[in-house]
Amino acid sequence: MLNRYSLWKNLMILGVVLFGFYYAAPNLYAPDPALQIGGASGSQTIDSETLLRATEALSDAGINHFGEELQDGGKSGLIRLGARDDQLRAQSVLARALGDNYIIALNLAPTTPDWLVSGGAQPMKLGLDLSGGVHFKLEVDVAAATERRLEMYEAGIKRGLREERLRGLVRLQGRRIGMSFRDEATREAARSVTFDLYPELRLDRVDGDESWELFAEVTDATIKEVVDYAVDQNLTTIRNRVNELGVSEPLVQKQGSNRIVVELPGIQDTAEAKRILGKVANLEFRLVAETNAAVTERQRFEYRGEGRSGMTEWLEREIIITGERVSNAAAGFDQNGQPNVSITLDGEGGMLMSRATRNNIKRRMGVLFIERKYRTRYEEDESGAEVAIKIPFDEKKVLTAPVIQSALGAAFQITGLDSPAEASELALMLRAGALAAPITFVEERTVGPSLGAENIALGVKSVQIGLALVVIFMILYYRVFGVAAVIALTTNLILLVACMSLLGATLTLPGIAGIVLTVGMAVDANVLIFARIREELARRMSPQMAINAGFERAVATILDANITTLIVAVILYAVGTGPIKGFAVTLSLGIITSMFTAILGTRALVNLIYGGRRVDSLSIGPLPKRDPEEAAA
Amino acid sequence: MKVIPFMAWRRFAAGFSLLAMLVAGGALATRSLNWGLDFTGGTLVEVAYGDSVNLQEIRETLEDSGYEGALVVAFGTDRDVLIRLPLSYSDEQGVAMVEILREAASVPVELRRIEFVGPAVGAELREQGGLAMLLALGLVMLYVGFRFQAKFAVGAVLALAHDVLFVLGYFSLLGLEFDLTVLAAILAVIGYSLNDTIVVADRIRENFRKLRRTPPMEVIDVSLTETFGRTLVTSLTTLLVLLALALFGGEMIHGFALALLAGVAIGTYSSIYVSATVLLAMGVSKEDVAIPVREGGNEDGSQV
Repeated sequence: MLNRYSLWKNLMILGVVLFGFYYAAPNLYAPDPALQIGGASGSQTIDSETLLRATEALSDAGINHFGEELQDGGKSGLIRLGARDDQLRAQSVLARALGDNYIIALNLAPTTPDWLVSGGAQPMKLGLDLSGGVHFKLEVDVAAATERRLEMYEAGIKRGLREERLRGLVRLQGRRIGMSFRDEATREAARSVTFDLYPELRLDRVDGDESWELFAEVTDATIKEVVDYAVDQNLTTIRNRVNELGVSEPLVQKQGSNRIVVELPGIQDTAEAKRILGKVANLEFRLVAETNAAVTERQRFEYRGEGRSGMTEWLEREIIITGERVSNAAAGFDQNGQPNVSITLDGEGGMLMSRATRNNIKRRMGVLFIERKYRTRYEEDESGAEVAIKIPFDEKKVLTAPVIQSALGAAFQITGLDSPAEASELALMLRAGALAAPITFVEERTVGPSLGAENIALGVKSVQIGLALVVIFMILYYRVFGVAAVIALTTNLILLVACMSLLGATLTLPGIAGIVLTVGMAVDANVLIFARIREELARRMSPQMAINAGFERAVATILDANITTLIVAVILYAVGTGPIKGFAVTLSLGIITSMFTAILGTRALVNLIYGGRRVDSLSIGPLPKRDPEEAAA
Repeated sequence: MKVIPFMAWRRFAAGFSLLAMLVAGGALATRSLNWGLDFTGGTLVEVAYGDSVNLQEIRETLEDSGYEGALVVAFGTDRDVLIRLPLSYSDEQGVAMVEILREAASVPVELRRIEFVGPAVGAELREQGGLAMLLALGLVMLYVGFRFQAKFAVGAVLALAHDVLFVLGYFSLLGLEFDLTVLAAILAVIGYSLNDTIVVADRIRENFRKLRRTPPMEVIDVSLTETFGRTLVTSLTTLLVLLALALFGGEMIHGFALALLAGVAIGTYSSIYVSATVLLAMGVSKEDVAIPVREGGNEDGSQV
């Protein structure tokens, strides 16, 4: 029968709508302000006793709190607070009560009820412009990285030639290292030395009068490798350090070839954040002290890492080299297939290392990892208020202490590691000291918490007002059909929110603008359909036929119009950054959901109202006037 | 339906469009755009004072502390202040400046936001933005050419270029700040205006097939008249929500809302006059939209 949807079609639409309601629902539950307690080192766990101490401290300070729980099997603890204004005060109370071994992060704890959580429903994530926080973009200086690498090649080649007693002139020329020799044999020998040392260099021979020259050029692939290496290294160190900042949901991400994006929701103190992100860890190589060494010549250090906590090592006070001399460290395998770490030192480092190890074969050498940390002390200032003073100190821990098998030079391996994972961890730590390339802050955006909250309020208000205006207009203009369109439009909003929540998309201020725009544009499909129905009615078509024809004929137009808009939205997403991406996401999702609700949803409603019975007239507002000539024809 | 003689006015409209394009192009050439921080690079700080504040005092404080070239303006209310520093200041200056303002002020000063954009990023964003616009226009032309016909594609893209240039000129003339959100708005204008143009083109194609003996100009008039109601209603609902956004959405998306308001208004006009006029000027006829005749089969489907 005309204008009746089969039961399954109605059920399918109902199903999609219910699905939308379910996944959009978590956004109705406002999150609780909360504090997250984590250990200062990765291996530390939080127990119920710590949590009890924390809640007691909060009670003593008169801060309303509830719902404390352990998360991630004891990796962190969460305490919910009664009021958002208490968050900062509660943070300092806890920092004071628990001490420097714990990191207290501001957090917003979801209050999604269990019946939603069990289905995987979650609220939308808020972008930094809505939640407040800091956004950094860091860039690896490609030119400086290249230069540094060239200097390393130059020094390495000079050393290699010296060791082989090959005389010649070596100098840096732009991106090439130029070498000139007195005779061809020397050049060929130098060529094979250079090739053995650095197979990645492109070698060119040039013969002049009385001179035999060799040019070693750095290829683009090598430079890309250097930059990738620097970016990856910085990514890992930044990820480790972000934890120190006490951020509950940080984002550290590579962008393009040489950039890193860091987003820290809830952070206000950018200076502190930059200090922590920008600091360099360092290394020291020292011999393990002999048991009969005087106490004044040796020092005791703890091991770093989970497996060896509590173990210590006595090292000599004298430092062989520091981490600045390390130019590279890579995890790999030796000829027996055992995991190892290859370390490359710069020229001077190689010399110092060889001098120190030559006479100490079969002794052990310890590698110390040094990190700058802070201890907090509380003092009263002149007005009697308590202020927290951060006192820096260097924490030194032993990474490894392998046996020296032979005299070491600029390149050597550490073997006897337990697993490839340990090898790559060690290589990472060793590289932390080496500054592969300088990194600079190229973009920085800080949004205060009040501005974020205000942006949400303004955004919600404009969605509400925009929606109200469209609702009033549609009902006045299209009567009963307008009501159907409005129901479809509201459902569209819910579906859009559900899709964004489900996809884990981040809601930003331009994203809200995209939602508002969707509200205005989504009715277009309905307008097209209704205009067609009116036209058909004006042509004296029966109401049922007019409904059917209106929907059928408008669909092709709607598809064409929406696909082209979708093309634009996808381009926006592809080339846009940050907030623009947010806008593109809402716009494209909105187009897709609006096609569903406007075409299928409205049709189902109209069918329910008018379908399957005799209808004499439709409540769709005024019909277009007919041209008398056309009527006569 | 009473046919509105839209095309009778096409010379007048073409004159208006040409004039508008000349003014917009001239403004862009001579005044350029008031590029926002996203594109120029530099530092921008927004602070909220506890009470209404004298901008001149802030300017003096900053000058005394050595911040030369700082641009201090009120932002929305007389308590909110926006300060922009040129590129020569490093990424640390924003935070330092807020400290100086806090010390100098007698009321609490709240940090609302700091944005620092390095020079390379700004130049890159500008390049990306231009590329995005060209890419959007190109792909749209391809799609329309494929779905309709080359003449329609030319009409659609000229209409879009017309709208983009108009909004750019409007931003240039009024000296409104052009930031990333405005760029997004312009791309959305492309999407919106296209939507309109496609709906009209769709009807023109349908009518060319239906009204076989009617001259092209009249076919276009009939099509425009038939879609006119829909064009107005959709523009109206979109303008309504944009108005809500411009009035209640806050300062940060004000530029976005303004760009879209201008874009939607001009997009409505251009889908009627620019694309249809171009179609007519290129001599569109029913042959352009004829459904290709199927070969190798006869009416009852039997084969010989």
